[in-house]
Amino acid sequence: MKKRMTALLFAPIFALLTTAAQGAGAELHLDKAPNKRTDNAALQHGAKIFVNYCLNCHSASYMRYNRLQDIGLSDAQIRENLMFTAEKVGEPMRIAMTRADATAWFGAAPPDLTIVARSRASEFGSGPDWLYTYLRSFYRDEARPTGWNNTVFENVGMPHALWELQGIQVKGADGKLSVEVPGKMTPEQYDEAVADLVAYLQYMGEPVSEFRKKLGLMVIVFLGILLVFAYALKREYWKDVH
Amino acid sequence: MAGSENKYKSDGTLIGGALEWVDARFPATSLWKEHLSEYYAPKNFNFWYFFGSLALLVLVLQIVTGIFLVMHFKPDASLNASGVPVAFASVEYIMRDVEWGWLIRYLHSTGASAFFVVVYLHMFRGLLYGSYRKPRELIWIFGLLIFLCLMGEAFFGYLLPWGQMSYWGAQVIVNLFSAIPLIGPDLSEWLRGDYVVGDATLNRFFSFHVIAMPLVLLGLVAAHIIALHEVGSNNPDGVEIKKHKDANGIPLDGIPFHPYYTMKDIVGVVVFLIVFSAIVFFMPEFGGYFLEFNNFIPADPLKTPPHIAPVWYFTPFYSVLRAVTSDFIPFLWLFIAAIGMICVRPSKLPLLVKLGYLGFVGAMFVLLGVPAVLAGWVGIKLTSIVFVGLEAKFWGVVAMGASVVIIGALPWLDHSPVKSIRYKGPIYKIVLALFVVAFFILGYLGVLAPTPMRTLVSQICTLIYFGFFLLMPWYSQIDKCKPEPERVTG
Ligand code: HEC
Ligand code: HEM
Repeated sequence: MKKRMTALLFAPIFALLTTAAQGAGAELHLDKAPNKRTDNAALQHGAKIFVNYCLNCHSASYMRYNRLQDIGLSDAQIRENLMFTAEKVGEPMRIAMTRADATAWFGAAPPDLTIVARSRASEFGSGPDWLYTYLRSFYRDEARPTGWNNTVFENVGMPHALWELQGIQVKGADGKLSVEVPGKMTPEQYDEAVADLVAYLQYMGEPVSEFRKKLGLMVIVFLGILLVFAYALKREYWKDVH
Repeated sequence: MAGSENKYKSDGTLIGGALEWVDARFPATSLWKEHLSEYYAPKNFNFWYFFGSLALLVLVLQIVTGIFLVMHFKPDASLNASGVPVAFASVEYIMRDVEWGWLIRYLHSTGASAFFVVVYLHMFRGLLYGSYRKPRELIWIFGLLIFLCLMGEAFFGYLLPWGQMSYWGAQVIVNLFSAIPLIGPDLSEWLRGDYVVGDATLNRFFSFHVIAMPLVLLGLVAAHIIALHEVGSNNPDGVEIKKHKDANGIPLDGIPFHPYYTMKDIVGVVVFLIVFSAIVFFMPEFGGYFLEFNNFIPADPLKTPPHIAPVWYFTPFYSVLRAVTSDFIPFLWLFIAAIGMICVRPSKLPLLVKLGYLGFVGAMFVLLGVPAVLAGWVGIKLTSIVFVGLEAKFWGVVAMGASVVIIGALPWLDHSPVKSIRYKGPIYKIVLALFVVAFFILGYLGVLAPTPMRTLVSQICTLIYFGFFLLMPWYSQIDKCKPEPERVTG
């Protein structure tokens, strides 16, 4: 009886809650980015794409070149293969273009990309998922000043920086994208390259993340052992309390 | 109190001599005894009693990590060479270039949320066992002041990283003050130190966050514990252990805080640290709830984010704020009037107070409610301005403030013959469960963008929230309670 009463009281609340939970905004479908965060070869490839194709418009101003030692590169390799504008390996990844010029050219200044993999996370997917989808969703749109548009970032100010690799996509009447003019890569190769680039962006967003997890495991194991002793000590002291 | 028999006598060793020297000049021994080795706490504390000492732990953690963060953080909203605000860049500098900076920052950001988790559970313990009842009213009031300070501390701290959510969250909250009639706009400008949230705001919030609030917080925590040790702790049975003492005046159901509860609290601390570390090391963003994703974008005064949500620990109160729309105001007053009929009329309050109450509520209903209802009938939509020029937002702010402050009235609202939920009747159990559910729903809705349906749900929950408190004088008296035991049980 009492249970029934309680159930009667709470049922309407839960009903209301489920109605309220239904989203108001539009759905955004994102492709799942392959997890390559611990694959140094992929990260190095991603870094290479990044400095060659992105680091002219976008800075990564919290990221120092010599930090790339994390992903298995030596200072000499970094200096020879990845540094075009900077003088010293301890410098951050800055760019020469000013924000004012950029805004004049693209209508929007290209944001710093160091932590874009963290800021682009949402209820629809992780930051890497968004990036992986975004970088594969550019299509030709003559109505835009740059000639490019993007299905996950409508009216984006960025031209398709990787179009030589992917080729030119067009949007069909059904809203689906297809490659009209092939690029240097097959669609599979392109997806792979973007996955590497995204892994690099994810790494750059939080270089310490893998070490953090390793350390965390040790901390928790240590605390687990401490718990055994702490509990035994408490038991010993509390023996005589009844 | 600190008689000579309480003073430490040297055992002839060097350390013993030093202790005797100190103790002759400072009440070390008597303080130790009074607050630890001879502070008698009930022996039946359960799970819920860990959270007071855990709150102390988190307080120390926040202060220590905060000290190290301040060494590298720069409260500066101007743009650096790469066009990033200096404050935002300095946080990333801590995350990347400062040795162990990432750990210090995650400990501090996770600590902020952990503080609220721990304090909410600590307060809920009060609701379970009537810890706020006589003679612990002042402990409760100090607690509430601590909670208010903590909210201030968290609010000021959240602006510092100068991300989009920091910026726009502060903008929204400071703007709330502008809803206050007459002085509002000037007041919010005075708080910001500028026409918009800017460098001046960042600098003063930094000052509040690192010195003003922590000082007040520490003072209040000291007062909280001194008051507690004056009257002694309550316990899950809600019976006073001081009623039954042995020949030496020691409560029969009491055990010395040290070593019993120090040893027990160490276990609680280790368990807490395991959960806490799991978050710090494996999910420091906690799915966007502890570190909001949008806050990884530097503040941009020209770009309003599509959806501004406060951090989770503010959302129940934020929902109350948003629930007060102009069509809801008449219901709110009707609700308050009805409560007055139920609670105030049969109470022992002086006639003048009762008449004053009814007069005030009646006047508010006529002034604010009736015009809104009439306007609704003739089809005029009073969206923001309700009669006498007070915006719905103003009443929202009042309701939000009331939803926090009303917690402090609990000692005087609860008329139950027993303290603990163990002996309270079914009404309190149901009402408390409803209250908790409503609180969670409010918290959940506060994260989401409003829709008409969600607003309606939050309005219902707001009424449940206030009903829990305001109807307590009535339902706590008619509830069928069980008799309390004389002594604590298991
Ligand atoms: C020609 C200059 C240019 C190049 C090259 C370029 N971008 Fe962009 N990018 C932009 C501009 C401009 C925007 C801003 C778009 C807007 O806000 O409408 C942008 C936006 C972005 C965003 C969205 C950021 C956000 O969170 O809003 C991402 C991600 C991005 N670029 C990634 C890349 C990557 C990865 C590369 C290299 C493959 C790259 N960009 C190369 C100009 C460029
Ligand atoms: C910085 C935050 C706080 C700290 C460090 C703190 C600390 C403590 C400690 C150490 C105790 C004794 C141990 C225990 O009973 O768990 C205690 C008891 C108590 N606290 Fe707090 N507290 C805080 C906030 C609050 C708040 C926000 C409230 C309520 C509004 C509150 C209400 C109480 C009450 C009523 C007691 C007495 C409990 C009893 O005797 O059963 N405290 N507090």
